Amino acid sequence: MRRRLSLLAGVAALGLTLAGCGGGGDTASENSNAKDATGDVGVFTWWADGSEKAGLDALVKVFGTDYPNVSFDNLAVAGGAGSQAKSVLAAQLKAGNPPDSFQAHAGAELQDYIDADQLEDLSSFYKDNDLTSQFPADLIDRLTVDGKIYSVPSNIHRANVVWANVEVLKKAGVDPKKPAEDLDGWFADMDKIKASGAIPLAVAGSWTQVQLFENILLSSLGADGYNGLWDGKTDWKSAEVTTAIKAYEKALSYTNTDRDSLSDWAPATQLVQDGAAAYNVMGDWAEAKFAQDGNKPGVDYVYFPTPGTAGVFDFLADSFTLPKGAPNPGGAKAWLTTIGSAEGQAAFNKVKGSIPANTTAKTDDFSEYQKSAIKDFSQDTIVSSLAHGAAVPVAWLNELSTAVNKFGGDSNIEELQNSAADTAKKFAK
Amino acid sequence: MLKRVKTWGPGVLLLAPTIILVGVFVYWLIIENFRVSLTNQHTAKPSNKYVGFENYTNLLADPNFQHSLWNLLILTIVFLGGTLIFGFLWAWILEQPAKGEGFFRSVYLFPMSVSFIASGVVWRWLLSSLQTTQPGGERTTGLNRLLDSVGLGALQNDWWSNPTWGIAAIALPAVWQLSGYVMALFLAGFRGIPDELREAARIDGCTEWKLYRHVIFPQLSPVMLSAIIIIGHMSLKLFDLIRAIVPDANTYDVQVPATMMWVKYIGSDYADAAAIGTILLVLVALVVIPYLWYTSRAEKR
Repeated sequence: MRRRLSLLAGVAALGLTLAGCGGGGDTASENSNAKDATGDVGVFTWWADGSEKAGLDALVKVFGTDYPNVSFDNLAVAGGAGSQAKSVLAAQLKAGNPPDSFQAHAGAELQDYIDADQLEDLSSFYKDNDLTSQFPADLIDRLTVDGKIYSVPSNIHRANVVWANVEVLKKAGVDPKKPAEDLDGWFADMDKIKASGAIPLAVAGSWTQVQLFENILLSSLGADGYNGLWDGKTDWKSAEVTTAIKAYEKALSYTNTDRDSLSDWAPATQLVQDGAAAYNVMGDWAEAKFAQDGNKPGVDYVYFPTPGTAGVFDFLADSFTLPKGAPNPGGAKAWLTTIGSAEGQAAFNKVKGSIPANTTAKTDDFSEYQKSAIKDFSQDTIVSSLAHGAAVPVAWLNELSTAVNKFGGDSNIEELQNSAADTAKKFAK
Repeated sequence: MLKRVKTWGPGVLLLAPTIILVGVFVYWLIIENFRVSLTNQHTAKPSNKYVGFENYTNLLADPNFQHSLWNLLILTIVFLGGTLIFGFLWAWILEQPAKGEGFFRSVYLFPMSVSFIASGVVWRWLLSSLQTTQPGGERTTGLNRLLDSVGLGALQNDWWSNPTWGIAAIALPAVWQLSGYVMALFLAGFRGIPDELREAARIDGCTEWKLYRHVIFPQLSPVMLSAIIIIGHMSLKLFDLIRAIVPDANTYDVQVPATMMWVKYIGSDYADAAAIGTILLVLVALVVIPYLWYTSRAEKR
């Protein structure tokens, strides 16, 4: 009996090794060529509706012209900021059943997949398509992990933008054309707005609070100090961070009290559109909402970098990957080629309201805001967004989010600093 | 030999699929979960280093996890207390000879047929924390608006946006939804008590209160126990209702072990998620096993 068991174990082990060989498939994808790709390419995203869906459709159209022999299989999973999609994807990857390409925030969020050895190195793909020279060097730096690049960014968003209601500002005696230059000036404006009866600053549930927190940190610590929080050069327990957190506490005191019950960023931005609130710190996807609702820039609303962060571009980007063991690596590379191309990026970003990562994309017919963002992106210091997975891996972000959310209730500065420092220590390499 | 196989063979064959399926998909997965909880699998990177009960001790020392346990305790107390009180009260009222019993029975029982997710979406709106006296108060909705419009504005509150007691607000919809079920249990209990017993007690000169105290309540205690077990284990596992009411799973105010497990899992901290899962299983087992033991002993008698 025992003998038979060990035999069985042997067979099973052999099977596993074989499966391991099959699953690797390195050689297959190395040799695959985008040009003669055929068949289906399954692409996993969380772009299921709104401007994101429209952008994806525009992209697929370009893909169809570029590669008429490949048919696009939409594997989108709906759900805010990809939270649902990510768990579906994690299960598929764990089961060794990856899509041909999947969407992920560029930057640290990819780290989990890289650590789990689920992504192919795309460095040679960048070389073959000459992408290294078409994407900004700052961005390439942020995508590179240990000398390798694992994803192709499709679009860039900016997270440090304040959206303001012109009428509310005028009523409170604040000049909408001259935004405050630093946090103190901004808080002084907010005092005026508060006195006029409106909510000075609109914010929604947990991740939007993290984004506000990140904006205040960036403003108070500067780009270098902010970057240092993620690589260990800035001490979370330092006096500078205490000052920054005090500023965050002050900013929170100007916000709507029902912030935790607003389900996503849109209701908070809506408060500004409705004239109930003056300011909302939100990524530039808010632009698409203002445009959709027929609001006019300069007349109904104004936008400016969060006070104290002018000259800094707090970036996040969506990107696409080539998972190990993808069923159709040739098709996936064809898809990635379209994603990285100037035509693909122009078509996609025009509709989605973001800006192209590829600097050679034609952007003449983009909106006024998009043009200003493109200009800023080419000049500004680029830092990675915390709330959107560019700065730190998901687990780190989750722990920090809990701490920030808790701080909203108890305002215990020392505890927030300690728990953020502990978290940083736990995840630092 | 063959004869013996003939007697138990068909039975085993009949049960085998169930035993195998339950064995693999319940018990083996519990063991696998426990195994993961003893490793250092804290990131997506595969790692299988055995760390003993370190994850458990770290979790129990973590103030956030302690807070989630505290929330779980309050949730369970309010949920249990609320359903038992309302369930008993309604059953008692319906038990009185009155017209329209069938109608009211359905009315009280009906909320149970709604899923937690569906009712949670409505309760999210009802439990909005904005109050009319706060800046922007004209947007106030839900219960706070209702309280204000009937002149009870002073009773407005934050509902679940409170780190200490917020979780009790989550228990409100749960109580609303399951009181009817507890009522049905109690009603069955009342119906199981023969009229002769009541009549005999009355003839012996019992007052109404004494009748309840010495005749009815003792016979309702098994029903009460069942209700406590059923509601108690639902409360320990409650996830969907919180997820539907609170927009973000990672909201500190209403964090319970079940939601914390989800957050850890999404962050690829499989070891901690598995450890929380095991702790939850043990908590539920503490409630259910004594009950199973009690009923099996009662059956033997």
